[in-house]
Amino acid sequence: MSDSASTATPAGSASKVLKIEEAVIRIAGNSQDGIQAIGGFLARLAGRSEQEVMTFMTIPSTISGGPSIFQVRIGSGEVLSAGDEADMLICFYQHSYEEHITSLKLGGIVLYDADHVTPKPEWEENYRHVGVNISSLTVEAVGGTGRDKGKNIFSLGLLAKIFDLNIPKLTKLIEERFGGKDPTVVQNALTCFNAGYSHSFENLLKTYQFYDAEKKDKHQVVMNGNEALAYGLIAAGVRFGAGYPITPWSDIMELLRRELPKYGGSFIQTEDEIAAISMAIGASYGGRVAVTGSSGPGISLKTEALGWASMAEIPLVIVDVQRGGPSTGMPTSVEQSDLNICCFGGHGDSPRVVIAPASVEDAFYTAIEAVNIARKYSTPVIILTDQAIATRIEAFEEPDLEKICQDISPDFTPVAEHKPYDLSVGDGVTRHIAPGTRVGSGKYPVVTGLEHDEMGHPTGSPKLHVQMTAKRRNKLRKLAWDFPKVKTYGPNEGQILLVGWGSSEGPIREAVDRARAVGEAISSVNLKYINPLPNGLEEIFRGFRHVFVVELNDEGLYGYGQLAAVLRARYCEPKIRGITKTDGLTWKVKEILDRARTLASQQV
Amino acid sequence: MSDIAIPFAPLPRTGIGLSDALVTIPLESDRKGLTKKEVAADHPTWCPGCGDFSVLALYFKLIEKRKIWHEKITTVAGIGCSSRFPYFVQAHGAHYIHGRALPFASGISLSRPDLHVFVFGGDGDAFSIGGNHFSHTARKNIKMTYCVMDNWVYGLTKKQTSPTSPLGFKSKTDQWGAVDYPINPMKQAIAAGATFVARTTHTNPNHVLQMMEAAMDHDGFSFIECLSECVEFYEGAFDSSNPRKGGAFNLVPADHDVTDEFAAYKLADQPFPGSFGIFYQSTKPTKNAKEAEINKSYSDKFKGLKDWEILKKNFDKLK
Repeated sequence: MSDSASTATPAGSASKVLKIEEAVIRIAGNSQDGIQAIGGFLARLAGRSEQEVMTFMTIPSTISGGPSIFQVRIGSGEVLSAGDEADMLICFYQHSYEEHITSLKLGGIVLYDADHVTPKPEWEENYRHVGVNISSLTVEAVGGTGRDKGKNIFSLGLLAKIFDLNIPKLTKLIEERFGGKDPTVVQNALTCFNAGYSHSFENLLKTYQFYDAEKKDKHQVVMNGNEALAYGLIAAGVRFGAGYPITPWSDIMELLRRELPKYGGSFIQTEDEIAAISMAIGASYGGRVAVTGSSGPGISLKTEALGWASMAEIPLVIVDVQRGGPSTGMPTSVEQSDLNICCFGGHGDSPRVVIAPASVEDAFYTAIEAVNIARKYSTPVIILTDQAIATRIEAFEEPDLEKICQDISPDFTPVAEHKPYDLSVGDGVTRHIAPGTRVGSGKYPVVTGLEHDEMGHPTGSPKLHVQMTAKRRNKLRKLAWDFPKVKTYGPNEGQILLVGWGSSEGPIREAVDRARAVGEAISSVNLKYINPLPNGLEEIFRGFRHVFVVELNDEGLYGYGQLAAVLRARYCEPKIRGITKTDGLTWKVKEILDRARTLASQQV
Repeated sequence: MSDIAIPFAPLPRTGIGLSDALVTIPLESDRKGLTKKEVAADHPTWCPGCGDFSVLALYFKLIEKRKIWHEKITTVAGIGCSSRFPYFVQAHGAHYIHGRALPFASGISLSRPDLHVFVFGGDGDAFSIGGNHFSHTARKNIKMTYCVMDNWVYGLTKKQTSPTSPLGFKSKTDQWGAVDYPINPMKQAIAAGATFVARTTHTNPNHVLQMMEAAMDHDGFSFIECLSECVEFYEGAFDSSNPRKGGAFNLVPADHDVTDEFAAYKLADQPFPGSFGIFYQSTKPTKNAKEAEINKSYSDKFKGLKDWEILKKNFDKLK
């Protein structure tokens, strides 16, 4: 649990209570055990208690069954990753026990279902084993229907007891979650919970208590990254989208399908990925930025249409929730291997914008940025998120929705004349008028994927192709000046600079904290803007002896991960090297530090 | 949160010239119907004698006759000879990628109920590369008019077999004559659930215009197969449907029941030249209407709430 544990004896309590800063709890079972529900309750409780929380889960890509875990890290201070090692492991089955015991800290607690798990003597020395007949006690509590459904809520009761969690808040959460259904469902859930909570551990376990978290001014909201991204799109004013189901993108399209009608919008499930992006482009052309999205394979299918949007200069938001690739790959695992296709995928020179959120909260705001970049620069913008952000739950300060929500309805005010691809604009930034807009000159614009003149009519002119290609490129160069200045985490000089993007940001920052605590001169930067890159990176790189790009993809033929290769090409800087992996799991802090230290000790 | 995430002020327009926008634009009430000159844009790039000229001329006629304003329609196309269409029409238009004009047009149709979307394309676009979209746009009954100028050959790429090329047609990809059974566009459309299915030919202008008008007036996905001869690569393909070339132009029998799907299918089974006219028409609610209905149920529920207040309700549940 936490390093700074101290003992305290609250009045009226005979048992010993240990005060802790944070705890990492891993729950392991099968996918149908409702493990995610326990994690969800803990995360939401943390949010309501102003604590920080981060979760990590794995789900099998099979339809039903298969091992599944949920890890939740709750802390009174800043929580940057889901935690390298667990303080407590709850395991429902022998396989969960054997598979996950190594994820536990030495001396950590294994809380196992004694109905299904037989502890191994060789592990009993290193970990504290506490057996509870979770299955049979659940059945007993609910009234002997012979089914152990509800053992997740029973386990939540056990956790509530061990960690002295706020019972009124948890009870309320359970009522909210199961309310609206058959009243016996809520009743059964509460019965399971209470049975767990009143289970006596006798003297086997201490009670732990979290330090009070710092008071926050505003309420926290708790959600996963896909939800945050989808709500961000709604806040940004997006009212139309189209998509095709694929894991882990589907949650976003489901949410938008459910929510957009409330705002007078629609989300359309199309026959395929190509139709999805085409429909979104059509709607965007209609005057209001629309969204499409997918994961890996779907992005491959969309690239031709993406190229059209780049050529025709149509604003569009495309979400890529990265998963393990290539091909069908590892649909429920995380990887950051779509950077290349997102930045460069497609034929011809087709500049587009790629931005990568680093956390759940960031996903919300990134969605708004993407919409506004698309509008202002009339360009496709890819939000490059990943499975880890998509599925993890975080608590963050509730956004000021009144201030943030924007109205991006199209403007149909007539114009005297209109050149859709006006070359007289020095920076190349032009915007279309929406169909329905009257043009006084009677000359109407065409948007097209053929190389075109200023009115959108086809041309084979070598000069125009040069000029239009430059226009499409220059406007993104202009955009790079709009980006906020990149800041280092930690001092801006030192031995090692860790460069990360996307979901790696949290563990990288935690690695920096840990290294600096022992006197190592390590700092980090997170690159949110991947294409175009922000200006001024070379200055930051200058301050460090080594620049290591930490990313979840393969080192490739030439030894560098995908972002590292781009940075090396961009800056011709040999000290840029890569730290990559492809195990489909998020970075552990220890992994990053070990790899960085080893690499730093090797000659460039 | 970066500055970019802060709502932008309304973005200035680009490429609109320096003159005062409203001066040159007549008031709505003073507007007269458009003349052919006003709706024609670039001179078509088609070969002399191409059937597509006739379809374009009749589209102009439709706009003139029905007093449609430039800005009330959108002309969309994919890739192919016929798909050059939007460049020749003086109206908002989009020239999209090969085979995907229908989903693109669906995006406009579903988000902009104030516009009528016309899609023009060829047989390759519609039935080969875009075959999947044809079926699904038809079954969803998305409101738009789709006119396929069927010439039985790939023209833009210079004479390869098309999905409607008859067996035995000699092309650069079938020097011995086409061996694959051709698609029957009428059957395809009826089976897919299109709610307006008509057939016409470029050699009968009055009939083309009639079909275009009926298609435009249909509330739903209206599909017209218009035979349009490629004089360059498939000369004489449709002679037997042209009385001037000794063929027969037969209208759909007067007693044909257009709401009878099976009768329509039977009509589609006639050997070439078959019949011309409306094969099938039914009134099913459009996807546009169904989506609007879903939205209506919410607009009643959230009446008076601003968008941010609706979103706040979700966020309150996530605390």
